[in-house]
Amino acid sequence: MSASLEQRSLGAASGTRWTAGTAVTVAVVAALALVPLYTTLTGNAFLLTLFTRVVILAIGAVSLNLIMGYGGMVSFGHAAYLGIGGYAVGILAKEGFGSGYVQWPVAVAASALYALVVGALSLRTRGVYFIMITLAFAQMIYYVAIGLDRYGGDDGLTIYQRSTFGGILDLNNKTVFYYVCFAILLAGIYLVARIVNSRFGLVIQGSRANERRMRAIGFPTFRYKLVCFVIAGALCGLAGALLANHTNFISPAMMHWTRSGDLIVMVVLGGLGTLFGPLIGAVVFLLLEEGLSRLTEYPDLILGPILLCVAIYAHGGIEGLLRGGRRD
Amino acid sequence: MAAPDRSWRLMLYFIEQCLNGVQLGMLLFLLAAGLTLVFGIMDLVNLAHGSLYMLGAYFAATFAVLTGSFVAAVALALIASLIAGMVLEVVAIRRLYERSHLDQVLGTFGLLLFFNEAVRLIWGPAGMTLALPPAMLTAVQIIPGVFYPAYRLVIILAALAVAALLYFVVMRTRLGMLIRAGASNREMVGALGINVKLLYTLVFGLGAALAGFAGVMQAPILTVQIGMGENILILAFVVIIIGGIGSIRGAFVAAIFVGLVETVGRAFLPDMLHRILSTNAAATLGPALSSMSIYMVMAAILVFRPEGLFPAASR
Amino acid sequence: MTEPLLRVDRLTKRFGGVVPADAITLTIAPGEVHAVIGPNGAGKTTLIGLLSGEIPPQQGRIHFDGVDITQLPVYRRSRLGLARSFQITSLLAGFTALDNVALAVQAHRGHSFRFWRDARREQRLRDPALAALDRVGLADRAGVRVERLSHGEHRQLEIAMALATQPRLLLLDEPMAGMGPDESAQMVRMLQKLKGDITIMLVEHDMEAVFALADRLTVLVYGRIIASGDPVAVREDAGVRQAYLGEKDSGQGARHG
Repeated sequence: MSASLEQRSLGAASGTRWTAGTAVTVAVVAALALVPLYTTLTGNAFLLTLFTRVVILAIGAVSLNLIMGYGGMVSFGHAAYLGIGGYAVGILAKEGFGSGYVQWPVAVAASALYALVVGALSLRTRGVYFIMITLAFAQMIYYVAIGLDRYGGDDGLTIYQRSTFGGILDLNNKTVFYYVCFAILLAGIYLVARIVNSRFGLVIQGSRANERRMRAIGFPTFRYKLVCFVIAGALCGLAGALLANHTNFISPAMMHWTRSGDLIVMVVLGGLGTLFGPLIGAVVFLLLEEGLSRLTEYPDLILGPILLCVAIYAHGGIEGLLRGGRRD
Repeated sequence: MAAPDRSWRLMLYFIEQCLNGVQLGMLLFLLAAGLTLVFGIMDLVNLAHGSLYMLGAYFAATFAVLTGSFVAAVALALIASLIAGMVLEVVAIRRLYERSHLDQVLGTFGLLLFFNEAVRLIWGPAGMTLALPPAMLTAVQIIPGVFYPAYRLVIILAALAVAALLYFVVMRTRLGMLIRAGASNREMVGALGINVKLLYTLVFGLGAALAGFAGVMQAPILTVQIGMGENILILAFVVIIIGGIGSIRGAFVAAIFVGLVETVGRAFLPDMLHRILSTNAAATLGPALSSMSIYMVMAAILVFRPEGLFPAASR
Repeated sequence: MTEPLLRVDRLTKRFGGVVPADAITLTIAPGEVHAVIGPNGAGKTTLIGLLSGEIPPQQGRIHFDGVDITQLPVYRRSRLGLARSFQITSLLAGFTALDNVALAVQAHRGHSFRFWRDARREQRLRDPALAALDRVGLADRAGVRVERLSHGEHRQLEIAMALATQPRLLLLDEPMAGMGPDESAQMVRMLQKLKGDITIMLVEHDMEAVFALADRLTVLVYGRIIASGDPVAVREDAGVRQAYLGEKDSGQGARHG
């Protein structure tokens, strides 16, 4: 009885539907895949730099979307992991450990560890408290970085050599580096896709929908949220390592709280709790930022009100607009 | 007599830092009170609160230049902050009440960016200064042998007066009753025929005035510059976290506590570290650890009391 | 004499000036349906909150199948076999009915630190979930999103979720709240079918349902138990009539909307 009954009940819910949203997503991903081709042909190196940054921050946005979009945990301190990951690379580079095989795992592990500590303390609260506490902890690590005179303090530290991988990958080649970042982005999205539909992911999503209910049916929701928080922190730490490589530079500004705000904007713009939303959001936001700063000397005069309008009027961000419907 | 003299000076320094800590605490209280009032009554988290603080400072500096009088500048700046707050509420803030906290964070973040840029446009990227009248610059003897700048005393006293006024208004007047009633039951207040919209505008204006007042008071001590609101805003958040959201009494206690830890910690921790650790380690870790101190304290408190020290009715 | 499944000893909760639970003492035998009635504000929902673990008591003990669960958090009690339904519908929005119940099954089928496989394709979870839905009569609505279900279906889903956790004791908080007469009758029939398999504590205003189902009846007024025992005897009790039933004497017992 069960199988056919379920199939009848679920009806036509499954199967990919080609909507405007899907089309845009495919177009954006395809365009991103072809960027190095375009820039090699036109010789526009700046565009490659810009889009590498877009891809890297998109990874950060994807990680934030996991906890914020699917988990309902609004973290205003996510840029901390960009910083931790970046500083892991920078500090190790300065101390003579240039191998990516050492730097990147350390970046991920350090970020995961900080996420574990922050999460353990913050996840016992919720709502506005949680937002403020994550903000405070990010600010703390920001000040720590400023205090690290040996590693540049407020001025930052130049990284002279990108992470080496024993000759397998030459990250100094901008095209190679772009595709490494792009591959990690796609892998990250795939990872999130598998996670959110797994047992773990359903617990996370259920906790977002109604945590009281989840506890009532027997889930110790805290530990699941904590693990999710750590996964997101670790992934963002990897993005931080990439960012440090990209700019050949680390500084406390990487984890300034306005960076955390930027990540939130990207996730919301693209559509909370959708797989490719954070990617679209990152593209839109960063291109908007870039475009506005060319247009005027005071870009935030326009950007600010845009964000305000998105907050007031947009249901479900851009993905929502394309789907023509309300956010769940 | 080198030793007693040195310990006396150390004692003086400690007292001075404590007073500075109380002064910072008073400022944090003004900010936190506005934030917690707005959050408690309208359920709105406002990242642009620091912008109102900044505007207060800029208004004061500008009016000082225009009128030549410090007192007039303060008064005008306060009025301007109140008006700015109310206008902001009507134009933008009120549309955020029904939205989720995330949307409020996003929207007020946009406002924050806007204000920083607008200030840069109107007043330019360089900061401003606000000069104090000569009378305020003298040092006052509070206890025999202990001198403290008059102006900082004025700040402490002024803020205490505001705190007392706030307590009086919220606890003893009809307006305060409405505010407290609004905090617990919006529909009821509306059903009583009271103009809830107007109430919210006034409350937000009050919060803005408090923030502006803090900015005005702080202006002569620090430079008036873009982004001055952000760092202190986060400290104000720490105050609310420690004190408990929605509790003005909690904000007061926590503010003094945070002010003291921040100031005394920064003053004495590097020194203490130098005694315990090697010079190298102390030099590397000293500044970092002293800036971390308040957050570590916050973390410690959260372990035992995640809802803060004086949580108001749960929201 | 069998050991009671639930034993509550002098359970007390104070809230500011109110005492919604005043030294409550009662027992529930395995397999029985024990109804708790009382006027609004009597503390019935507080009692469920105390038993499920959401509200910590100031005094008193709760023993479930011999185990002292007084200090245990909500999810642990659920794991031990104590399930509850909510008076005000509390489901997982954005999910289908089947998803909701499958999660309840999942909570009791091993751990959920599985990150890869699609949980919606796990027959071990979907089959028992569908069975639970079938038991309450919602099998044909399995794939419907919770937001699109009617109020009555929500109430049924509440029960299905509780059942899916394979409980030994079911705490039902006004399962018939807001239901019309037909839906209520349907619910009563469904609950009657559960009798004997599962022990039930039923908080209800609907007197017809109460007398159709209850093996024993407890009356709660202002946080205190004023009568407990055989339903007919309790109904005849003068004190109860005065305090509760007597106020709304309309003959066959009042039903609250």
